[in-house]
Amino acid sequence: MSTTTTAVLVPLLPFLGAAAGLLLGRRVPGAVRPLAVLPTLAAAVLAVVVAWQQGGGKTLDAATRLTPTGSVPIDLALHLDGFAVLVAVLVGIVATCVQLYSTAYLRDDPRYPSYAALVSLFTSAMLLVVYSGDLMVLLVGWEVMGICSYFLVGHYWETRAARSASLKAFLVTKLGDVPFLIGVFALAADAGTFRINGILTTAVSGGIEHPTLVALLLLAGVAGKSAQFPLHTWLPDAMAGPTPVSALIHAATMVAAGVYLIARLLPVFAASAAALVVMAVMAAITMAGSAVAALAQDDIKRVLAYSTVGQLGYMTGALAVGNRSAAVFHLISHGAFKALLFLGAGVIIHAAGTNSLAAMSRMTGLAKRVPDAYWTMTAGLLALAAIPPFSGFFSKEAVLGAAEHATTGDAPGIPAAAGWTVLVAGLLTALLTAGYATRLWLLAFRGKGAEAAGHGREPLAMNAVLWVLFLPTAALGLAAWKLPDWFDGVALTPTLTTSVLSTGLALAGVIVTYAAWRRTAAYAARSPLGAVAADPEAAPYISEEETIATHEAAYGGIAGAPDPADPGRLLLGSLHRHAVGGFHLDAVYAALFVRPTRAAARLARFLDREVVEAYVRGAGGAPRLLGAAVRRAQTGNVQTYLSALLAGSVVLAVAAVLVATGA
Amino acid sequence: MHLVYPAVLAALLFCVGLYGVLARRNAILVLMSVELMLNAVNLNLVAFDVWLRDTLHAGQALTLFTIAIAAAEIGIGLAIVLQVYRNRGTADVDRLRDLDEDAHRPDPERADREEKAEAAA
Repeated sequence: MSTTTTAVLVPLLPFLGAAAGLLLGRRVPGAVRPLAVLPTLAAAVLAVVVAWQQGGGKTLDAATRLTPTGSVPIDLALHLDGFAVLVAVLVGIVATCVQLYSTAYLRDDPRYPSYAALVSLFTSAMLLVVYSGDLMVLLVGWEVMGICSYFLVGHYWETRAARSASLKAFLVTKLGDVPFLIGVFALAADAGTFRINGILTTAVSGGIEHPTLVALLLLAGVAGKSAQFPLHTWLPDAMAGPTPVSALIHAATMVAAGVYLIARLLPVFAASAAALVVMAVMAAITMAGSAVAALAQDDIKRVLAYSTVGQLGYMTGALAVGNRSAAVFHLISHGAFKALLFLGAGVIIHAAGTNSLAAMSRMTGLAKRVPDAYWTMTAGLLALAAIPPFSGFFSKEAVLGAAEHATTGDAPGIPAAAGWTVLVAGLLTALLTAGYATRLWLLAFRGKGAEAAGHGREPLAMNAVLWVLFLPTAALGLAAWKLPDWFDGVALTPTLTTSVLSTGLALAGVIVTYAAWRRTAAYAARSPLGAVAADPEAAPYISEEETIATHEAAYGGIAGAPDPADPGRLLLGSLHRHAVGGFHLDAVYAALFVRPTRAAARLARFLDREVVEAYVRGAGGAPRLLGAAVRRAQTGNVQTYLSALLAGSVVLAVAAVLVATGA
Repeated sequence: MHLVYPAVLAALLFCVGLYGVLARRNAILVLMSVELMLNAVNLNLVAFDVWLRDTLHAGQALTLFTIAIAAAEIGIGLAIVLQVYRNRGTADVDRLRDLDEDAHRPDPERADREEKAEAAA
């Protein structure tokens, strides 16, 4: 098979798996699991084969004209460069892990067939985005991901939180997609093609008329998909979905798509210094704000969600300083360790019977109950906090190194302001990230109190997947020396200054959080808190669904808990209250968008009911009155009818005679 | 014989029939009046057939048809009248007003009776 054929099969196999799963799911229950796992696994293997054959060498392009549109043609195009093939490998592996994990996690779920099919479709859409060389075809995958995320986040639709979260995810990402679509059209109008190669050629030669405007329009779509400020609010709420879905959305698909798209279209953004500065500021606000918010969250998955937002901020920051190698390197290493963290969190939620860190900090021996999750998540959190030698350290160093490189003004076309913004925010976030990673670890695994509820051994599929993902988490850092051959050739190895600075800050964060925890942990015994949903015999997802449904009732809010033993409360002080709710951004949106929309709906309702319907009722009233008059003639007496008939006939006959005689 | 005699006779017969249809209250008499009107037409057909000297005698043939159809019609008509009489105890056309707009308004007495009948069934 040629590389092109193999590459076509990579997105196609999960798609066919999804179609077959949807069609056969109910009729052949035995085929559901193979149909879910095997196509995704095959796609992952083929993605590795494509990456091997491409080998970071020459870019492969293949295209076939999909449809002549009369103006800008649409091509089914493949574009295989080092970025595409490596991201596809990540997507394939993470999706396979998620599918394997789901077979155990949702084992008795009656909706598992459609769930697995949607995950396959999601994977296929992401692979299409990664491999596509045509913006229109890319957009198809982009939107399919949007609708799949809606269905998957709303998987537990019996709970109110899941219903509203799925709608929110859909609407917020769509809010970004509208400007994105306009931006794509503007690009295509200037370049005369939807092919990314053609657009990049135009962008480099300065053929784009309004580069800043186009870049900002595209940035809106990316902010929606990749959960950047101010459109990140859907992502923490999306935690109401099943844990494997969170892992898939946050690690490899969906949120990665936005960053990947900027990486592909970087020359378009680099054509405008203003767009780069906006991107840098957006990244800085995103990473710092989300790290503070993560420190205040009570739901273990929401901590990880905010950390995803922050790590995506690092990637956007790397793109803002014009270094897409660093961004994609961080995307890949983050994808591996974040998938690990989420899947580990699923194991913990099952074992603890709660998603609340406050409740976990009042349990003894959770780490002993789930040793696999304990060890792998420790590695994942170390990678998240960027402690050497884990993968997160190297990729984050690549980002910070790129920012530091930009501050000196050496990089052509990159404003030094963008470099400084990203560097300062990145270092601050390194401190905060280490802080919340430590907090999560201490609260989850070092709790004191009653013995954790017994759930027996976790299923093998779930534990095995954790160790598979442990490998890249621990060792992907070594790729820093190899990856430049695949990417643009920019060095990704850590530089001394930023390494020492950020590692020092991270260690400081760890120590400060540990000290705060030592002070606050004593309060835990004095303030009992927590509700545990223990279902020892049921499938893991049931514990999670129950704990999502009851979090608000048990802890007084979807995000926070009134826990005096929380070190985050001590560290953040009065900021804690605001950080829990994501700095009231949802309230701002409610005031800016939700309430005006509701008012407009009420106005439309009034106009419809009172104005438009008045005319309709009037139009109906006149015939009704006429009808009432005519109805009086209906006496029911046949002879009266006949008399009227006769009279009519006579009149007609007389008239006919008169007309005939010409009188 | 001049055409005017049978024509006037037929017109008179038709008018008598018409009067009966429109003014009589007994359904059987209404049916008989319809027969009168039909026979007035028959008389016309025969008279004009003779007067026009039609070689095919289409008028007379048609008269035979009319008589046959009238026989069938009166049979069905009488059967209906009989059934109406059995159901309602009357053959008075003035009281058969089910097509009246007001006839379908709920009549408490009748509804009551129907309910009893249903209960009995």
